[in-house]
Amino acid sequence: MSSPAAAPDRIEETRGEITYVRTYPDLPPVAVIDRRPMGVRAKLVFAAIALLGAVAWAVIAFVRGENVNAVWFVIAAVCTYVIGFRFYARLIEMKIVKPRDDHATPAEIHDNGTDYMPTDRRVLFGHHFAAIAGAGPLVGPVLATQMGYLPGTIWILVGAVLAGCVQDYLVLSISTRRRGRSLGQMARDELGTIGGAAAIIGVLVIMVILLAVLALVVVNALAESPWGVFSIAMTIPIAIFMGLYLRVLRPGRVSEVSLIGVALLLLAVVAGGWIAETDWGAQWFTLSKVTLSWCIIIYGLAASVLPVWLLLAPRDYLSTFMKVGTIALLAVGILLARPVMQAPAISQFASSGAGPVFAGSLFPFLFITIACGALSGFHSLISSGTTPKLLEKESQMRVIGYGGMLTESFVAIMALITASILDQHLYFAINAPAAATGGTAETAATYVNGLGLTGPPATAQEIADAAASVEEKSIVSRTGGAPTLAFGMSEVLSTAFGGAALKAFWYHFAIMFEALFILTTVDAGTRVARFMFSDGLANLGGPLHRLRDPSWRVGAWVSSLIVVAGWGSILLMGVTDPLGGINTLFPLFGIANQLLAAIALTVVTVVVIKKGLLRWAWIPGLPLAWDLTVTLTASWQKIFSGDPKLGYWTQHFQYLEAREAGKTSFGAAKNADQLDAVIRNTFIQGTLSIVFALVVIVVVAAGVIVSVRAIRGKGHPLAEENPVPSRIFGPSSLVATGPEREVQKQWDELSVR
Amino acid sequence: MGRAIRSLARPAGRIRWYVASLMGDNHYQRYRDNRRRTHPGEPILSEAEYWRMRHRRSESDPAARCC
Repeated sequence: MSSPAAAPDRIEETRGEITYVRTYPDLPPVAVIDRRPMGVRAKLVFAAIALLGAVAWAVIAFVRGENVNAVWFVIAAVCTYVIGFRFYARLIEMKIVKPRDDHATPAEIHDNGTDYMPTDRRVLFGHHFAAIAGAGPLVGPVLATQMGYLPGTIWILVGAVLAGCVQDYLVLSISTRRRGRSLGQMARDELGTIGGAAAIIGVLVIMVILLAVLALVVVNALAESPWGVFSIAMTIPIAIFMGLYLRVLRPGRVSEVSLIGVALLLLAVVAGGWIAETDWGAQWFTLSKVTLSWCIIIYGLAASVLPVWLLLAPRDYLSTFMKVGTIALLAVGILLARPVMQAPAISQFASSGAGPVFAGSLFPFLFITIACGALSGFHSLISSGTTPKLLEKESQMRVIGYGGMLTESFVAIMALITASILDQHLYFAINAPAAATGGTAETAATYVNGLGLTGPPATAQEIADAAASVEEKSIVSRTGGAPTLAFGMSEVLSTAFGGAALKAFWYHFAIMFEALFILTTVDAGTRVARFMFSDGLANLGGPLHRLRDPSWRVGAWVSSLIVVAGWGSILLMGVTDPLGGINTLFPLFGIANQLLAAIALTVVTVVVIKKGLLRWAWIPGLPLAWDLTVTLTASWQKIFSGDPKLGYWTQHFQYLEAREAGKTSFGAAKNADQLDAVIRNTFIQGTLSIVFALVVIVVVAAGVIVSVRAIRGKGHPLAEENPVPSRIFGPSSLVATGPEREVQKQWDELSVR
Repeated sequence: MGRAIRSLARPAGRIRWYVASLMGDNHYQRYRDNRRRTHPGEPILSEAEYWRMRHRRSESDPAARCC
């Protein structure tokens, strides 16, 4: 490739409805602008898809009884995504993003063949999806099934198309135009010092609570399950083996070592079954929740300070492989097994707000609980920073940002299906806290039969048999969503592949897969939070400035310890909570995640307004307004509600009064220690709710001030970087169009020469 | 690039190429090609050194994984 010295111009050549843009006269075009209207055939295809989607929606919404097949959910989802991607994402692209493929992306400008590198769009789609998909969209919809399948389905599909995908796509687009800057940096640039500082503190506090609740989900899934504990414990030596293999034996053979790792992992899942049957195995690997929590805390600390190549990187390879593989397997399983819904469309708990899985009524708590499957604030941390550094062309942001989130929403729909096909008595026996079910099959049967659910009542024998079918001692009050999902997955996968004999294998396979996801998030998240924390402190200057040096071991250790102590203490608080843990902490997780989304959407909306696109500011503004309404209502209820099941402070003062009145037991607290625990926990949870809400109010207020100034024409200018002409080409969508293929050919010929 | 395109023509080659790009098997090759093109004549890291350098970088700039 020659490098012309003259400053380039934008050279346009229009043939019919297609414009080819060149930046250098001696290079083929770098952009293809296609203005061809949709053909008749395409119109017919989209009309058919829309019609099919409408039929599927009608079946889901109006057919009652136990007749709705899961396949209708898959059809409704896919049709909704196709229409959303083709029309709404395209509108956003045309009116707001306005991609310029003649401008180089950060990946092209800073291309160093390592962390900045233009990457094929299909590969980057895989990378981006692997980075955003985690346990959240699996667990949230499972818990939300408490309210029936319909509200969850509507929010997962509509929320993704109008909110989640919009956030991911727009954050990606503004970060790409800012050399891949992170959300915190962009908040500081666009919202000013106070708004920026609030955003950075908010992101950090929110990450800590997210890590704590995710770790709590793992602890709940593994407690008293020797099989699960063994297979998860084995992932650590397997990862270290993989790390050493790549470092010493065969550097760079990542797929090879990942295949070996997955084979070892499957062996570990099978071996877990044998070991759990032996006396010594059951004795060694049956761990209490508190012990398990300490194991995860120590693991998180180790992962944060050990070299990346030894533990973190190989675990990430395993996790990526398992993630993509298992999700595809589940999708195929659902289509093969075609299970029928057992959950009602809308349950009694949607309006009463007295459900045992999580407290509160449909609005706002359904939206808080589903979180990641429809709108996830956490994604804005991936869309800014990581993905722009690998993006080849601006026009590919639609398929990666918007399309990536659609795929995540599909994962959430599959999770909702697996929870809804379970017998409802069983679902509540698994998901109601031990304080309600009493912890044994007999008491749990009595409890769930008293809930007034549809279908024949459950017997203690049925609940015990269900546990035996997956070779667990008990499934009563295995809260947190992961065991329910694993149970549902084992039903789907054993129907599709292998029959009842493999049910226990699939259950433990699913538990292992979720725990692997979560531990990968916990170790990577601890490291990310540690850097955010030390960066934030280093900004204060003085002796703290030294924290900026990543090779300073003392600084690394101290900031890791503080971050781990942060989420570790909340985790321990959750597992020892007399009130149940998940049902009090999961709302905090959801609120945190959704408030992070509010911060991201505020930054995006401000940028859109600053660009002079006030007319289109409703596109990010609408999800922002909805998200703020939901999260601030939920925060309000958590802080001020007079219902002790809902309001942290009401609960706090009730238990405090009881203690001051000299009582040693009150409500769920059976002794003086438990009473103290409730008083302490509700204080911490209540304080965190206040901090979250205040931080977000500050960020949004800063956003409003900056926007008003911009509308009056008095604000700071945008922090976009000056464009650099591009010298590479790449098609926009996953499948290249005819003119794009033609241009690609010219580039291929050039590189052969 | 031309070779890569020809191998894309075969479905098996395509899948291999996709997995290799996603997981990282061909990242060293990409780095080597990049160095040859942008810094001709300068020394190029060996494959083991390249991965050490990459991991060292991710020590201080970790990529987040989502919930």
